Amino acid sequence: MPIKKVMKANEAAAWAAKLAKPKVIAAFPITPSTLVPEKISEFVADGELDAEFIKVESEHSAISACVGASAAGVRTFTATASQGLALMHEILFIAAGMRLPIVIAIGNRALSAPINIWNDWQDTISERDTGWLQFYAENNQEALDLILIAFKVAEDERVLLPAMVGFDAFILTHTVEPVEIPDQELVDEFLGEYVPKHAYLDPAKPITQGALGFPAHYMEARYGVWEANEAAKKVIDEAFAEFEKKFGRKYQKIEEYRTEDADIIFVTMGSLAGTLKEYVDHLREKGLKVGAAKVTVYRPFPVEEVRELAKKAKVLALLEKNVTFSVGGALFQDFSRALINESEKPKIVDFILGLGGRDVTFKDLDEALAIAQKALNGEKVEEVNWIGLRKEIL
Amino acid sequence: MAESPFKADIERVQKEYSEKMTPGAIVYLPGSSVVNKTGSWRVFMPEFNRDKCVRCYLCYTYCPEPAIYLDEENYPVFDYDYCKGCGVCANECPTKAIVMVRETK
Repeated sequence: MPIKKVMKANEAAAWAAKLAKPKVIAAFPITPSTLVPEKISEFVADGELDAEFIKVESEHSAISACVGASAAGVRTFTATASQGLALMHEILFIAAGMRLPIVIAIGNRALSAPINIWNDWQDTISERDTGWLQFYAENNQEALDLILIAFKVAEDERVLLPAMVGFDAFILTHTVEPVEIPDQELVDEFLGEYVPKHAYLDPAKPITQGALGFPAHYMEARYGVWEANEAAKKVIDEAFAEFEKKFGRKYQKIEEYRTEDADIIFVTMGSLAGTLKEYVDHLREKGLKVGAAKVTVYRPFPVEEVRELAKKAKVLALLEKNVTFSVGGALFQDFSRALINESEKPKIVDFILGLGGRDVTFKDLDEALAIAQKALNGEKVEEVNWIGLRKEIL
Repeated sequence: MAESPFKADIERVQKEYSEKMTPGAIVYLPGSSVVNKTGSWRVFMPEFNRDKCVRCYLCYTYCPEPAIYLDEENYPVFDYDYCKGCGVCANECPTKAIVMVRETK
């Protein structure tokens, strides 16, 4: 029987790691995800998890140790956030290029300066071009589930890419919620043991990993990462379907909420999706045709699902906790790319909000709604709007 | 000039070397680096004067590549396919039997 425990998303991530039985965990503590390696080190010390826990002096070393362990052929896990993830940056490319299915749990946090430990998505969004798969959790249960799914997809022979699972700093990492811990036997069935077929150490069969790639080969290797990202789309769907069958919780790359007959669909990721659903309920009570959509899988970007979603709305209002300068948010670029050649497409309005842990309240969403409604009525609106910005102090 | 000791390896790798890209660009064939002739990066090349050589093997010992091997009479032979022209051999040679000259064609 699965047990239910009240826990923070950090603990949920540690539990997911314990259930996945990685052989190596290398991590450096960083706010807000410090508790993840802390909890895992407890599991290891108590003999509940048979793994090597490597204490390192920085995140650059943490991910480097993970690359080494994964290249040697074992399931590998780490956790980080913000500046820590940024410090991993160059090795993230190496992990993806070497096709090592490492999984990272990330407490999504803003980047300096100014120093800020609170939530937005800039850390993982900034790593979107590394080739890593990216999942975003709405709540603590999803943090646990998506890490298991991330392992499953990452290690699939058709994919072989590392994956990161993001959950919002403090909103999830430090907030307790009931989380169902799945049965170990079921998880074992779902994940199976990691048997590397391409990258492993065997003195009887020496191989070279991470070698120099001359111009004659580099481009093909990069295309390999592209192809694997494309292949991951189908594999993720399969993994979601199997997960639902085994554990009863349904996941989709883009989850829709009351989008039927909606004129305006708000789109977001992470914990904001929870607020948004409440908000949509509140608007529906008032008779407004508004829906919500949550991007659970950000990389590979679900282009087909976005096109399907776009058919249902007249205005897509994107709510983003990240900035791509002079463009807007990252989702704005991705949605534009998905829809640019469609003959019929909704208007897309982009909203940047909640940066650095600023609360996103119904009042902020009302502000976004007013602009989206103007767009719906055919009035001209700004493509990119900063919501809740204190203009008076500028 | 004596035959390169890598000749058999090079022939084997060239025969077996697959051009197919593997996931993660992993190289499954041991010894495959011998087909990458790295001597083309060289600017200076060692010029060897056999008459001055006392066969102390310092050049052979110190070559970081190693692109120097010994012939039947234990004189050094320079493999210009792999020598990068670092000049360590010329620097170590006690009798100045090796001098670095600008590579010209």
